Amino acid sequence: MRVTHRPKRCVILGAGTGGTLAANRLRKTHEEEELVIDIVDQNNQHVYQPGLLFVPFGLAEPEEIVRRRDRQLHRGITYHQSAIEAVDLSNDVVTLENGTTLGYDVLLVATGSVLQPEETEGLSGPGWLDTVFTFYDVEGATALAEKLETFDSGRLVINVVDMPVKCPVAPLEFAFLADWYFTERGVRDNISITYVTPLDGAFTKPTASMALTSLLEEKGIELRTEFNTAEVDGEAGLLIGYDGTEIPFDLAVVIPLHGGAEYVNNSPGLGDELGFVPTNNATLQSEVAPNVFVIGDAADIPASKAGSVTHFEGEVLIENMEAFLDGRDLEAEFDGHANCFIETGFSKALLIDFNYETEPLRGHYPGPVGLPLLKESRLNHIGKLMFQSFYWHGLLPGRDLPGLSADMPTFGKRLPTEDEASLTTTTGDTQT
Amino acid sequence: MTSRVLAGTEVELNEEGFFVDATQWTDEMATELADEWGVPTPLTEQHWQVLHFMRQEYFEKGTGPTVRKLGKSSGVSVKELYQLFPKGPAKLAARVAGIPKPRGCI
Ligand SMILES: Cc1cc2nc3c(=O)[nH]c(=O)nc-3n(C[C@H](O)[C@H](O)[C@H](O)COP(=O)(O)OP(=O)(O)OC[C@H]3O[C@@H](n4cnc5c(N)ncnc54)[C@H](O)[C@@H]3O)c2cc1C
Repeated sequence: MRVTHRPKRCVILGAGTGGTLAANRLRKTHEEEELVIDIVDQNNQHVYQPGLLFVPFGLAEPEEIVRRRDRQLHRGITYHQSAIEAVDLSNDVVTLENGTTLGYDVLLVATGSVLQPEETEGLSGPGWLDTVFTFYDVEGATALAEKLETFDSGRLVINVVDMPVKCPVAPLEFAFLADWYFTERGVRDNISITYVTPLDGAFTKPTASMALTSLLEEKGIELRTEFNTAEVDGEAGLLIGYDGTEIPFDLAVVIPLHGGAEYVNNSPGLGDELGFVPTNNATLQSEVAPNVFVIGDAADIPASKAGSVTHFEGEVLIENMEAFLDGRDLEAEFDGHANCFIETGFSKALLIDFNYETEPLRGHYPGPVGLPLLKESRLNHIGKLMFQSFYWHGLLPGRDLPGLSADMPTFGKRLPTEDEASLTTTTGDTQT
Repeated sequence: MTSRVLAGTEVELNEEGFFVDATQWTDEMATELADEWGVPTPLTEQHWQVLHFMRQEYFEKGTGPTVRKLGKSSGVSVKELYQLFPKGPAKLAARVAGIPKPRGCI
């Protein structure tokens, strides 16, 4: 049937993991005469962020994990390169810094989260990129690689300032890889590694937290919990807590506070205090306007800020955006499914799989003969490495992978014993 | 779950000492709770500002705010929050303000 009415307009903010996969999926299911798709990003470097973990240890080069954003987009999608200035929710218009204005029938917020080192006293001051680093962006990870090469003795401290952070397991993986790296270089005995977290355990989920705590112990990594960083003094080499406690370091790797993209705060009614967008946990429709949807780290939902979550959200999101455009009820529901490979060093990794309701379980993923869950294995390490190729060639183009669906699988998993199940009542115990 | 008598009224608390039903709380219970959880008493005006803000947020949004959100919107800075409610402002203030445990970040 020929469509004669004006095409609907979809504007997507952010061409990272979520924006790219959503744009590509929408383009596949909708003709251009039916739906016009515009997508905006501030730069043309799409970083495969999980790869940042490997850069400090010389296991990946920065060039290997960065590609052009526009090349990841299917034909028929208009790419705008400019910072976003603001969204006007009452008039359904987005303004870009380059002066362009884009009107929309449906808006998708996919601008992720930004690092805010300046929000912590001293963090970006003296010592930054000298004794104090982060590996959460390309610049930091590259500078840290150089620093680690000559770091032969002293105290390495890894600190998560506060939640939420992207990929909450990445800082732990950094600790495990540092242990491996210094062992390989023959200097591990001269270096102490301390993992400092505001949480009351190594990780937010109790079952996974127990497994990870024993791994830290095995590897001789000290764990300091419930530390609330007030200040980082790079010159004196001190982390200072709000209660006055000091933790001395020679080298600090800090995960700065995260917030939503800056334009969110300039857009009345769009975001919360931290710049994240209030979003329905199940439908992924925003709570700020019915024609605004949210994918990925930008959403204020109780799921990890992770690429796997963003990926699993994709299916539900597209179904509901389509329903919205057709004037139907939103029926698809996201279950909070997250799936993380945790690199543990020495060519091994652990895999965890969970959702809003269920703790990470033991067993295998995605079925009985799959990858072992919550257990170190070489197979998981290979899985983690292969993921980069799937990211560029499967996830971003919006291809479905057989056996990998949005809903968390329970087939192949060992359901928790009563003891373990009782632990689930303490989830969310991540507050300081 | 356990029942307790606070300021002469019976209330329901969970295993971690958080109120199950926030409407059971009254201002008079705050000092007793503060003493119990190591919050310096007598409670100051700033303490009350935070406690009332916590309750307002809870009733509006279904969960108490995190420390960062408190610091941005309660009118009391994060540094001051740690002085008023040493160790963990969000958890402690939630206990004293009689609201369920704030949902954390995952
Ligand atoms: C070190 C590290 C390791 C990680 N490891 C893993 C892992 O192992 N597994 C996993 O699942 N996840 C991992 N993640 C997390 C994962 O990368 C993110 O959760 C995912 O990319 C989120 O997708 P998104 O689309 O929400 O945001 P992003 O992919 O970050 O995209 C947001 C986009 O918005 C753009 N933008 C922001 N503000 C503006 C503005 N004002 N104007 C214009 N454009 C703007 C940005 O340039 C960016 O391109 C890791 C992250 C890091 C940092």
